[in-house]
Amino acid sequence: MVTEKDVSYVADLAHLDLTEAERARMLKDLNSILGYIDRLNELDTSAVEPMAQVASRYGARQDAGAMRPDEPRPSLPHDEAMHNAPASDGIFFKVPKVIER
Amino acid sequence: MNLHLLTVDSTRTAVLEKQTTATALVDEFYQKIEAEDAAIGAYLTLCQERAYLQAAYVDALADKGDALPPLAGVPIAIKDVFTTKRVRTTAGSKILGNFIAPYDATAVQRLEGAGAIVLGKTNCDEFAMGSSNENSGFHPVRNPHDHSRVPGGSSGGSAAAVAAGTAVASIGSDTGGSIRQPAAFCGVVGLKPTYGRVSRYGLIAFASSLDHVGPFGKTVKDVALMLQCMAGRDPLDSTSADVPVPNYLEHVGQPVTGMKIGVAQEYFGEGLDAEVRAAVEAGIQELAKAGCEIVPISLPHTEYAIPTYYVVATAEASSNLARYDGVRYGVRASDGQTLAEMYRRTRDAGLGTEVKRRIMLGTYALSAGYYDAYYLKAQRVRSLLARDFDNAFATVDAIVTPTTPTAAFKLGEKVDDPLAMYLADIYTVTANLAGVPGISVPCGKNKEGLPIGIQILGKAFDEPSVLRVAHVVEHAMAAAANPLSASPEAGAQR
Repeated sequence: MVTEKDVSYVADLAHLDLTEAERARMLKDLNSILGYIDRLNELDTSAVEPMAQVASRYGARQDAGAMRPDEPRPSLPHDEAMHNAPASDGIFFKVPKVIER
Repeated sequence: MNLHLLTVDSTRTAVLEKQTTATALVDEFYQKIEAEDAAIGAYLTLCQERAYLQAAYVDALADKGDALPPLAGVPIAIKDVFTTKRVRTTAGSKILGNFIAPYDATAVQRLEGAGAIVLGKTNCDEFAMGSSNENSGFHPVRNPHDHSRVPGGSSGGSAAAVAAGTAVASIGSDTGGSIRQPAAFCGVVGLKPTYGRVSRYGLIAFASSLDHVGPFGKTVKDVALMLQCMAGRDPLDSTSADVPVPNYLEHVGQPVTGMKIGVAQEYFGEGLDAEVRAAVEAGIQELAKAGCEIVPISLPHTEYAIPTYYVVATAEASSNLARYDGVRYGVRASDGQTLAEMYRRTRDAGLGTEVKRRIMLGTYALSAGYYDAYYLKAQRVRSLLARDFDNAFATVDAIVTPTTPTAAFKLGEKVDDPLAMYLADIYTVTANLAGVPGISVPCGKNKEGLPIGIQILGKAFDEPSVLRVAHVVEHAMAAAANPLSASPEAGAQR
């Protein structure tokens, strides 16, 4: 059962503030969805390997050949990479201060 | 030119035979979009400059009498989750409302390389999270068959554009059914290929192990042509498969005599609408008439697919969407005094309710103390679901199911009940978890005139069988299909 405290803790981890109304709604929805997800516990999976992805089953190379040679190659030009920055001094991304004095 | 009836092939032929020019076609499509799309809302951004440049290139090729590439002059639409260089790319989210992508997605680049003309970017559920397109950060999309109903989601705009005739074909992404479900609701063909068949480079990530790229078209042949141009290894996507690409078109129209078609009782249980069931059963009868052997099979873990999906997909999403923090791109909230406050204000203002819900669910499932109980548990059940398909495909060549439990529902009908919305994908998520290919083909209409879709699933990389079976169903059901998408091939021959 997810509690209000859990909602606050998880919102903090996810860098979300959430309004009071959103928190109340989230509490209700998470409990409803997790209640549905709990039916996975009907299955005994103690002898089943977890599967994180399908690429290894179907053809994507997992051997050294999957890696490209570690050689320098052109990357996105600096000005194009900075083009979408909400705040920039032309060289770096600008952000509010990180360290409190 | 009746834009409604154009297929990929007939469009290219019209340009090749100088019945029209690519530039004139682009004019006509933009006029149609201008006149009709306000009522549908399929497009978020049009890219006229890019479209006319490409049209001029195709026309120059045609003038010189050069061989035309396979998609020459074909006007297409791109779901707004694919990056397009110098064109706004939003993923349907306000947080990317001002984002101009610096490079093209591989799928887009390959389609343009084959001569296709990108008209614009289509509306979708925010970050492809939704089954109705109502989670778009901009505006909903309406079903061209009934404007009071949803087009499905998340690739609702791409499906609606093809159904409305404002694009000849389009592409979408499918993480849990986001190509097949809207294809079924809009009465068009939608294909989700095998995982790794089409590069995900430039696809804005939702759940990387479940995200697939695929085409929409009016016909099975059209999606085969589109897939042909996109498929194949891409060094820029390490999960793209190093598997040879067959000639898909050769398989469209081939007989299906002797093929074994599996029918799983788990896909015909409680919650399946009676008219959808009847239409799909009629489709299965047509396959039997065409010489297929219908084999009852079981995919016993199917009922666990939705809970598995909503753990795996949200866990991956919570990680993938951490990048939207207002630092490098996107819309930043201006009132944060510290870095952490800026992150929170930006994400609170820029992300919609469903996206926040999924980030919260995924973060919870990955958090200390719950990782084993939810994330690892879901990964283990995912193995069982993949094994179900392995076992089934040991005895059958393809599996036929309904694409969706019901036809298109009304706008607003499910917005307040996330769990009910999630169940709209009950027949489609399994193919994403297992990575196997699936297609939705129109299979008649219900009494209200709404399209019904039939889904054909195949073995990994066996798109040829999927397309072959799909083509037989398409032709058998053409008489019952909707006038928006019926017999475009016949129409184009006039």
